[in-house]
Amino acid sequence: MIGNGGSDRPTHLETGAAGPISLAMMVNGARHALTLDPRSTLLDVLREHLNLTGTKKGCDQGQCGACTVLIDGRRVLSCLTLAVTKDGASVTTIEGLAKDGVLHPLQQAFIDHDAFQCGYCTPGQICSAAGLIAEGRAKTADEIRELMSGNICRCGAYPNIVAAIQQAMAQP
Amino acid sequence: MINFQYARADSVAEAVRLKAATPGAKFLAGGTNLVDLMKMDVERPVTLIDVSRLPLDRVEETPAGGLRVGALVRNTDLAYHPVVERRYPVLSRALLAGASQQLRNMASVGGNLLQRTRCAYFYDVATPCNKREPGSGCSALAGLNRMNAILGTSDDCIAVHPSDMCVALAVLEAKILATGPRGDRIIAFADFHRLPGDRPQQDNTLEADELVTGIELPLGGFEKHYTYLKIRDRLSYAFALVSVAVGLELEGGRIGQARFALGGVAHKPWRDAGAEAALSGQPATEASFAEAAALALRDAKGFGHNNFKIGLAHRAIIRALSQAARGTPQSQSDKKIA
Repeated sequence: MIGNGGSDRPTHLETGAAGPISLAMMVNGARHALTLDPRSTLLDVLREHLNLTGTKKGCDQGQCGACTVLIDGRRVLSCLTLAVTKDGASVTTIEGLAKDGVLHPLQQAFIDHDAFQCGYCTPGQICSAAGLIAEGRAKTADEIRELMSGNICRCGAYPNIVAAIQQAMAQP
Repeated sequence: MINFQYARADSVAEAVRLKAATPGAKFLAGGTNLVDLMKMDVERPVTLIDVSRLPLDRVEETPAGGLRVGALVRNTDLAYHPVVERRYPVLSRALLAGASQQLRNMASVGGNLLQRTRCAYFYDVATPCNKREPGSGCSALAGLNRMNAILGTSDDCIAVHPSDMCVALAVLEAKILATGPRGDRIIAFADFHRLPGDRPQQDNTLEADELVTGIELPLGGFEKHYTYLKIRDRLSYAFALVSVAVGLELEGGRIGQARFALGGVAHKPWRDAGAEAALSGQPATEASFAEAAALALRDAKGFGHNNFKIGLAHRAIIRALSQAARGTPQSQSDKKIA
């Protein structure tokens, strides 16, 4: 079955075509119907098709974490996710964290603790930290550092990032 | 990335049928390795068969007291599964030592088994590599081979298998469950990955038309005396220079059954039956562990930049066996090595 929004059309394999593929996904609560080249990564779809440029392209090969988003509530790398595989999924990006104009507690904590310098890794850091808190596995600073190791900060703001996450974790 | 046809399989039977009918097709699960390799032009499948929605995502107890794990169980879910944490802790620790939480959330058990080497020359399409392009030569032999193998190498390839999970599965003697046009097949873990020999393009013994459907863990997971010690260039989110998985059974200070496997040193998780047998019946002391380490590394050979791995592996084996014997496994968050 091809990713075609749930209809029962034959697969492209059976029709012999290698063309664009139609699918739908929820992004930050809004449904988007998309027709995509199968090579499109979720990262490129967010940035180039949906104009959600908060999610950043760092290494584009799964080594830096700048492209971290939440899919169905779990943190993943959008640069290694082919969008066609996520037909029907629910995606949350940095743009979807604030509610009614109020910053997400992690966004506020990153400001409170000055947890960035250039800011390029920050959307990925915050989405990753949102996943971390939802997982509920990190209790100590060591565990935060270990479970945030997939997010590289070349400015070296790590101590402040850990402090910001601790502040957000402490909130009910 | 070259263009490809995309098809999603809704059943195992459909996945197998599509694969058999489509030359040059590859299965896609978590994508953490394959999509990366496609971006680098190392992998150029004409068709991707998306198997990520197949009903192979369950962890079930077997009648024999073991555990059957579906090929699509995510690395995170397996690492944190309560039965795995309790009865197969070396597997849980090894999984958590690999990659990052984002990648573990994506990566499947089946894909982890099948991941390709991280040898820099395999990734660099401008250089010869027998694994990527059979017959073109091995650039690592006389190249920058710091990360490469010291055991089981051939003149054609000195690549290492990059998985942490598989090092633990070697110690647990897991079985690989596969299916294909000729039916289901069970493969012993030791027979799954292979040494490079003169066919380094073939990482394992899975047939081209077969699909991994899961793994089976036998009863007996070394609940008390185990460790996964991973030595790497930085303390997290890096591939192993050397890693050691250990499972021991102790009987009053003496070693009963002993198993240990090495990662980062060979084309497959490396076990040495002679070294393990030498531990059996011995006191759990550093002298016994050193003898086993020397036996396991007796044929180790460096290629220049990776000569250090021989001494590092020797010390890592002794340290890991000591950790397991003491019942103080290596922590994966506090990185101090006890």
